[in-house]
Amino acid sequence: MQIAVPSCAPIARPAKLLCSRLTIFLVAACLFASTSHPAWAATSLVHKKAPTFIRRDLRNKRLDLRKYRGKVVLLNFWATWCAPCKVEMPRFAAWQNTYGPRGLQIIGISMDDDPALVQNAYTELHLNYPVAMGDEELGELYGGVLGLPMTFMIDAHGEIQAQYQGEASLDEIETQVRSLLPSR
Amino acid sequence: MNLALIQRSGLTAIVATLAAVFGIAQSSAQSNVPTSDSGSALSIPSSQLIQPDALNQLLKSKGTDKTLVLQVGSHVLYAEAHIPGSTYAGPGSQSAGLELLRSTTAALSKSQTIVLYCGCCPWDHCPNLGPAFQKLHELGFTNVKALYIADNFGTDWVDKGYPVERGR
Repeated sequence: MQIAVPSCAPIARPAKLLCSRLTIFLVAACLFASTSHPAWAATSLVHKKAPTFIRRDLRNKRLDLRKYRGKVVLLNFWATWCAPCKVEMPRFAAWQNTYGPRGLQIIGISMDDDPALVQNAYTELHLNYPVAMGDEELGELYGGVLGLPMTFMIDAHGEIQAQYQGEASLDEIETQVRSLLPSR
Repeated sequence: MNLALIQRSGLTAIVATLAAVFGIAQSSAQSNVPTSDSGSALSIPSSQLIQPDALNQLLKSKGTDKTLVLQVGSHVLYAEAHIPGSTYAGPGSQSAGLELLRSTTAALSKSQTIVLYCGCCPWDHCPNLGPAFQKLHELGFTNVKALYIADNFGTDWVDKGYPVERGR
């Protein structure tokens, strides 16, 4: 983080004192802001461009979010220890089959620590869409992924249209997916 | 309202009162021993829970009793945001996590005040807190609390404005 510190050199003494105090205040305020409450907390990304990222998926294929521009993307943050996530994912796999030909792409981002567990879950849950390992940088990029599951609905223009956290209604998500896909 | 209904209502009230009295008595007699279903956060006795605001106040107070706060969930989520001064102690749902918890607490006094937290998912779905609480109980710790996070760490701690730190 860059902190702009005003220069105090070429000014009179009272003003210089004020300037010094202002500098101390600004530095203290910046330090407080960086340790007490993160700027990304409670930041909604809805109606904003989806932050782009490039990862390697579990099959070691390049996963570049920008490559999916033109498709409706359901970006799902999950983890193997997250029970509600495991309820959603088989349904997402079914949607990939049903709506994939119409332009839907599901992308999974695992917030697990151990890729081996994710690989096992990928096989057990019969997932048919790319899954990559996430990390804190990707979580922060998406406004702080501090509870799972968390899913972002991204339209064909790359704009986030909805964000679902926790045990969301899958019927509601499916309705929104349909509304964003081109009609047959 | 007829007499029968009044009598039935009165009886219901008496039964409810007795149930409440016995419920409170049972609750107050409750120990810090986890119930048999140690795989779930629901196994942690309610007497051993601490609410976010109470923990925040406790950490702000400058008492002599130094409370140790341990995160027993995902390391990725810990790196994104955690309670200042807390230590990552491994996911309680995995054997490697419980081993890290054991080694993290190995040198501590058994009377050390420890607060465990996770916040990965809604309380009744958290797979980490129950086993971690059970493990510390087995290791002989007598003053262990669990931070009650109803939904997740983002909603119930970060968004409430309580302090956080980032990094591993």
